[in-house]
Amino acid sequence: MATYIPTRAIDHAGHDQEPPSPPQSGGGEGHGDNFPNYGARLRRARLGLICGIVTVSMLFISLTSAYIVRRGLPTFDEVKQGYFRDWGEVPLPWLLLAINTAILLLSSITMEGARRAITRRAALAPVESIPGISLGEEGSFPWLAVTIVLGFGFLLGQWLAWGELKARGFLVNTNPDSSFIYLLTAAHAVHLFGGIVAMLWAGITALLHRPVEVRRIAIDVTAWYWHFMAVLWIYIFALLGLMR
Amino acid sequence: MATTATVHAHAAPQGFIRKYIFSLDHKIIGIQYFFLALTAVWIGMFLSLLMRLHLIFPTASLPLIGEIKPEQYLSLLTMHGTIMVFFVLTTAPQGGFGNYFLPIQIGAPDMAFPVLNMLSFWTTFVAFVVLICAFFVQGGAPLHGWTGYPPLSAVQSAGPGEGLGADLWITSIAIFCIASLLGALNFLTTTLDMRAKGMTLMRMPLTCWSWFITAMLGLLAFGVLLSAGILLLLDRNLGTSFYVPLVVVNGQIMGHKGGSPLLWQHLFWFFGHPEVYIAILPGMGVTSQILSTFSRKPIFGYKAMVYAMLAIGFFGFMVWGHHMFMSGMSPYSAFAFSILTMCIGVPSAIKTFNWLGTMLKGRIRFKSPMLFAIGFVSLFVSGGLSGPFLAQPVLDIQLHDTYFVVGHFHLIMGVAAIFGMFAATYYWVPKMFGRMMNEFWGRIHFFITFIGTYAIFMPMHYLGIAGGTRRYSQYTEVAYLAKLQPIHVFMTYAAIITIAAQFIFVINLFWSIFKGPKASDNPWEATTLEWTTATPPPHDNFNGVTPVVHNGPYEYGVPGAARDYVMQTDPAISSAAAH
Repeated sequence: MATYIPTRAIDHAGHDQEPPSPPQSGGGEGHGDNFPNYGARLRRARLGLICGIVTVSMLFISLTSAYIVRRGLPTFDEVKQGYFRDWGEVPLPWLLLAINTAILLLSSITMEGARRAITRRAALAPVESIPGISLGEEGSFPWLAVTIVLGFGFLLGQWLAWGELKARGFLVNTNPDSSFIYLLTAAHAVHLFGGIVAMLWAGITALLHRPVEVRRIAIDVTAWYWHFMAVLWIYIFALLGLMR
Repeated sequence: MATTATVHAHAAPQGFIRKYIFSLDHKIIGIQYFFLALTAVWIGMFLSLLMRLHLIFPTASLPLIGEIKPEQYLSLLTMHGTIMVFFVLTTAPQGGFGNYFLPIQIGAPDMAFPVLNMLSFWTTFVAFVVLICAFFVQGGAPLHGWTGYPPLSAVQSAGPGEGLGADLWITSIAIFCIASLLGALNFLTTTLDMRAKGMTLMRMPLTCWSWFITAMLGLLAFGVLLSAGILLLLDRNLGTSFYVPLVVVNGQIMGHKGGSPLLWQHLFWFFGHPEVYIAILPGMGVTSQILSTFSRKPIFGYKAMVYAMLAIGFFGFMVWGHHMFMSGMSPYSAFAFSILTMCIGVPSAIKTFNWLGTMLKGRIRFKSPMLFAIGFVSLFVSGGLSGPFLAQPVLDIQLHDTYFVVGHFHLIMGVAAIFGMFAATYYWVPKMFGRMMNEFWGRIHFFITFIGTYAIFMPMHYLGIAGGTRRYSQYTEVAYLAKLQPIHVFMTYAAIITIAAQFIFVINLFWSIFKGPKASDNPWEATTLEWTTATPPPHDNFNGVTPVVHNGPYEYGVPGAARDYVMQTDPAISSAAAH
């Protein structure tokens, strides 16, 4: 028969007693809520980002499955009274899309520059706060601003690519291939625009003189999201390009 | 038990708007979700009452409404299903109770992302308003059912409700998807990252596990529905042909060709079946919590309960094809979906036997929450047993699109989940509002509702076996179905009585919130963290301190303990004494 030996009186609400030593093992890893604990906040933000990336991935996985299924479907020709494939091959503006891809990859590099710069500043912030300590004037390249410009450049390039498709006579409802090209590129563009908004917000936090740790969190999660956008675009480009 | 003093992420707001309207406090947001779902359930219930009245008085002219035409019947059916599935079964258990109690039960001061939490609720609210607007636009609400099958849902001229009403319906669902994804993201991050010291995953109450797994399902499922909805909107408004083949509507050839309605069915049911578990898993969690508390026994097989829920969630993504046995799918595919579907019976049976094992030889306290939790188990078994029938393609040929299906999913997905919500309401209202609900009227409400729901939905199985098709607005004109009309009459009167009993609930709820006897901090003598804090909880949940957890969530009847329960924050009980 096991015996329960209370080490102290158990009060009804479990309050107002001296705390026992915290358990050595334990899950929760016992973070509790120690604001402003920037390390915990960064980890939490990254965790939320991972969930967001899973969600966006599911969206594009389902669109991909629709793409593959629709591509294989035959349709009925009412004139010839027979089945045929109506997929229709759309000639893509390869050069323009390749330039856009290069712009996006370059923006991913500059975004990584922004992430590393702010990480370095956040790491050195405690040192800078010591009276009499100076790290000197460090030249700071406007990584974030350049990334924003490149992001808009990519969107402009996509817009031009749509214009090119339109000029060649392919609208969203011309055939299933053109429908999916517009759909996938537009869905990516909307998500990428969300990344630009996040970068603008991160820039505003700098203008508002928010603590460098807060700015670091904003830029860090935006950077990982931006890298995901680049990977996603390469996937879409490959899907549209290779499944010809 | 407290360790560290903490600073809350955001101070308690003072103004009415920041405190009660655009609140960042998960408790207020949980209450907002709760009342949104309560509003939605009354609308959905009213629509079902109209349908049932129409089924027995098909030519009657109802006051203020007039005669219900067949297409209006289909609108009622569509809106009833949509409101109930999305804005009640998905909203209240997760958004309502989950939002309120997940952070408290894991010892956190709030959700991980309070602003996202607020946005999630208001986005849900906007989705609800957009959906209701479909009633008032030209042509009225859509006809295509909550499953929205094309080509009916994809061709604007397919029916009077398939114009702007259907666009609003799809838009509402898309907005709801975004809201649910924001919510799921928040639930997962909160559970993984904000547990208090000592709150290991295997010390979490089963309610938290159920909300956590539900959030995982939501994260994976709602994105798929969103993409399906976007394709549907494009088919309807931009002339694409994702879902629509060459169709002739009212003698006119539509501009679409080559699309596949089955593509929608695959995408929809890839979301739709996990959605069933999104609705029912939180009910399983709260039922486990209540059965243990009111049986004064630890939950039977805690780990098995956790793994069973994970298995149910996992299998939930593997079985969507069982909704499509009649679509002409390959018999080999149907066989695979059939086997996988019946596999879900295993974890479901584990849960059921564990619930019964929890009550076995317990010192049961038959309070209102316990009655509804037992009712949940009963309905889960009754509704679940008809599942293996439908899971077999050969039987499904007979039973597909009959009232057998309607009876099945209403019992297990609809009413069982609603009973979970009732149990949660009676159990947690004392903590949420600081007042006890009336026990006598709670019991009256339970018995009428319990008997009433069986009276409504069990006869549907007989109707279905007899070939009674669903979605027909009028059965009196069909010879073989007209003979079944007395069953419809019986079900309608049962529905009227059951709906009347819900007035008892809602009056009891509001009366108790304002006039009920004050609740103590732990009126049920329960063990989890929400019962260690004040009633109602302060803004930061634990009054500036972080609880430390030493025990599992269901330590009842610990040998040698001074009383029959040990709270999670009490000093650690020896492993030999722990259950």
